[in-house]
Amino acid sequence: MVAEVKVETTSARPALLNLWLARLGPFIGLILVIAVFALLTESPARYLSPFNLRIVLAQTVIVALGAIGMTLIIVGGGIDLSVGSVIALASVVTALMLRSGYPPTMAVLAGVLVGGLIGLVNGLVITGLRVVPFIATLGMLGIARGVAKWIAGQQTVNVPQTWVNELAVTFPTPWWLLLAPGVWVALLLSVLTAVILRNTVFGRRVFALGSNEAAARACGIPVQRLKLWIYSLAGLYFGLAGVMQMSRLRQGDPTVAAGAELDIIAAVVIGGGSLSGGEGSILGSMIGALIMAFLRNGCQQMGWPNYIQEIIIGGIIVIAVAIDRFRHSRTYT
Amino acid sequence: MSQITRKMRVPLDAMTVLALSDVTKRFGPTVALDGVNLELRRGEVHALIGENGAGKSTLMNILAGSIRADRGQMNVDGQVYSPTSPLAARERGIALIHQELSLAPHLTVAENILMGLEPARWGWINREAARRRSLEVLESFHHPEIRPDRRVADLSIAAQQVVEICRAIAARANIILMDEPTSSLQRDDVAHLFALIHRLRGDGISIIYISHFLEEVREIADSYTVLRDGQSVSTGALSAVTNQELIVQMVGRPVENLFPSRERSAGDQLLLEVRDLSAPPYLRHASFDLHAGEILGVAGLMGSGRTEMVRAIFGLDQAHSGTFRLRSKAIAARGASPTLRLLQGLGYLSEDRKGEGLALALSIADNTTMTRFASCSRWGWLDRAEQRKQTEAWIRQLGVKARNPIQRAGTLSGGNQQKIALARLLHQKADVLLLDEPTRGIDIGSKARIYDVIANCAGEKKAVLMVSSYLPELFGMCDRIAVMSRGKLTPARAVKDWTPETVMLAAIGGQELSAEARE
Repeated sequence: MVAEVKVETTSARPALLNLWLARLGPFIGLILVIAVFALLTESPARYLSPFNLRIVLAQTVIVALGAIGMTLIIVGGGIDLSVGSVIALASVVTALMLRSGYPPTMAVLAGVLVGGLIGLVNGLVITGLRVVPFIATLGMLGIARGVAKWIAGQQTVNVPQTWVNELAVTFPTPWWLLLAPGVWVALLLSVLTAVILRNTVFGRRVFALGSNEAAARACGIPVQRLKLWIYSLAGLYFGLAGVMQMSRLRQGDPTVAAGAELDIIAAVVIGGGSLSGGEGSILGSMIGALIMAFLRNGCQQMGWPNYIQEIIIGGIIVIAVAIDRFRHSRTYT
Repeated sequence: MSQITRKMRVPLDAMTVLALSDVTKRFGPTVALDGVNLELRRGEVHALIGENGAGKSTLMNILAGSIRADRGQMNVDGQVYSPTSPLAARERGIALIHQELSLAPHLTVAENILMGLEPARWGWINREAARRRSLEVLESFHHPEIRPDRRVADLSIAAQQVVEICRAIAARANIILMDEPTSSLQRDDVAHLFALIHRLRGDGISIIYISHFLEEVREIADSYTVLRDGQSVSTGALSAVTNQELIVQMVGRPVENLFPSRERSAGDQLLLEVRDLSAPPYLRHASFDLHAGEILGVAGLMGSGRTEMVRAIFGLDQAHSGTFRLRSKAIAARGASPTLRLLQGLGYLSEDRKGEGLALALSIADNTTMTRFASCSRWGWLDRAEQRKQTEAWIRQLGVKARNPIQRAGTLSGGNQQKIALARLLHQKADVLLLDEPTRGIDIGSKARIYDVIANCAGEKKAVLMVSSYLPELFGMCDRIAVMSRGKLTPARAVKDWTPETVMLAAIGGQELSAEARE
């Protein structure tokens, strides 16, 4: 009797459709991208070969690591525009440490920690000075890039031959690794973070924060401290991405990864992350990162110039966000 | 000395769980609370009554730890209580159920109920325990559709409110603050809520209950405190006071009759004719006539399609089919836009004041003149002095409590915000007024003022369509009433041909529709 009067209950069908769109959408997108390029290239066999797959995966590592951190931030209702600069700064710091003769482990650690430190500063500015994340991290985009150029003396930093250089190679030295060590690291961290987001109090509180910050606060969740943790943790991932960047180029380059924040944010959004918070998944973001990598790789295989890639990726970002809006209009009417 | 006093007081106050004395709070120059005293006993439902802007919400926020009092003392269970955060309040067993739902729509029911208290070991969530704990709390409600693993966004508003209440219970609160908990509930759910409050009371939980509905307060509360202008003006047992006395204490003056008497018009010029309007899925069929000088009421349950009808008429949502005639000229029902409707002389008051009714961050002046900037501009340049002057006139005419016209609309109380929303329609010089819940959630003083304004509009031969969930208001104000039920509008009939019971019956659709729903 009660249920009959209730007209407002959303019917199950749109919710289900929504779920399918969110879960399967990225997969379909990935398959679509691969299929399109496989058809376009003159030799689909080469495009789909394990050899090329390895290249794509090695290329994905940086965006993937960034996307893991960015997923945390976006699910928590924030945004971080400083990723590209943080990657450059971390790559320069790692390179400088190596050049100064520190052991590689210390150098890698320093690169990762620099990222975490920048994240902590972002978090402090956002919580302490009450600057909105967009502006706080936009400022950091400039600051981190500037510092990177400064400490690098405005030029690339060459490094001695160490194992750090082998992290993101296409063909790893012990052949049985099959994929670059960086790929395995990214895979491991993505699984770990997915589990943290799903099964820990911290993870669920990140969702609660992004979904309704006022409610989270009213429920006694220390939202400011939570934000500090989110940005710091994400910063560690960005720092690690910077180390991978250095490894790929085999030098620290303060001008590298300009605009990487867009690739990374796009990966998260394509993977089902909502820019208004509360939604997103690591798996989705990883597929998003793969889509970006296959796109770039495909364009290179076709011999298309760089600007074509940029136009295509720009279009993809807009389409992904449009799909995000479409899903929301389905849920909340 | 102090020890002796405490010893002497123990037997007297053994039942008192919360005592406030002289609680004071200022926001800049505004005094929100000016010495509030309140005593809450164990297992009591205590109604906190007062007009909007009287300071009820501020008081609730102080109790819930969101803001801190400037002065005064609070005691919980005889011990000093001065929470520094919502967490501190929660730990002392005080939970606030907000007027606006404060749930996380993306999370599940269980996650919302246990937010902040997640059962976990070493930071890892114990999902099974979470499920069990939330089921335990949910059990007492008769809502089988609220399963712990459902996403809150997929639930109805009423079900969401249940989740919100469950959250307070799950926190093992012994003092629950309810800020207008029924404002978004249907009748059946109100009954469920009241049954639950009775049970909570039986369990020794104390409740502070804020509401504008005196009937409701009488039904559920044992005692009351009236707040007026930030002061507690009277307190006592509800059985010892009449509604009239309560209203006098709330507004500080007697309100003889809430509804203005007016000449009910008949046979005036037909202004708006709506035929076979539909905007699926919510609005299936609506036809009615609206005459100059007439107030037509639209009753119906929330979600029945009332709001969708008004929105379709105003061009905010696209109509699927239907014909309109305005002043005997046919106008297109489809492809309409609010811009066009404004030009045609229609005005719209949204039910969602904060969401789309007002631009809360803008000044009163901007909000009032927004639909007709032409009144105070030339070649696209605003004459700000003229804009202020015109707004001041409206502020005076509607009795808005505001410092000046450039004050931000968001800083006004709900009742005063609504007056501004109405002032915009008047300023716009609309002659067909579409009012959706014009008095929802506002205090009695503002209601009376708004009723006066609406009656005046009808007196000036404007046509008024008034959607409302509050039946006394429809019966007190309207000439004719039509009822929306599951997207279909009944023919409009004169008020004297309806009773509240027949309206309710039409709203829930009688037998015919229950049968249809079962299919």
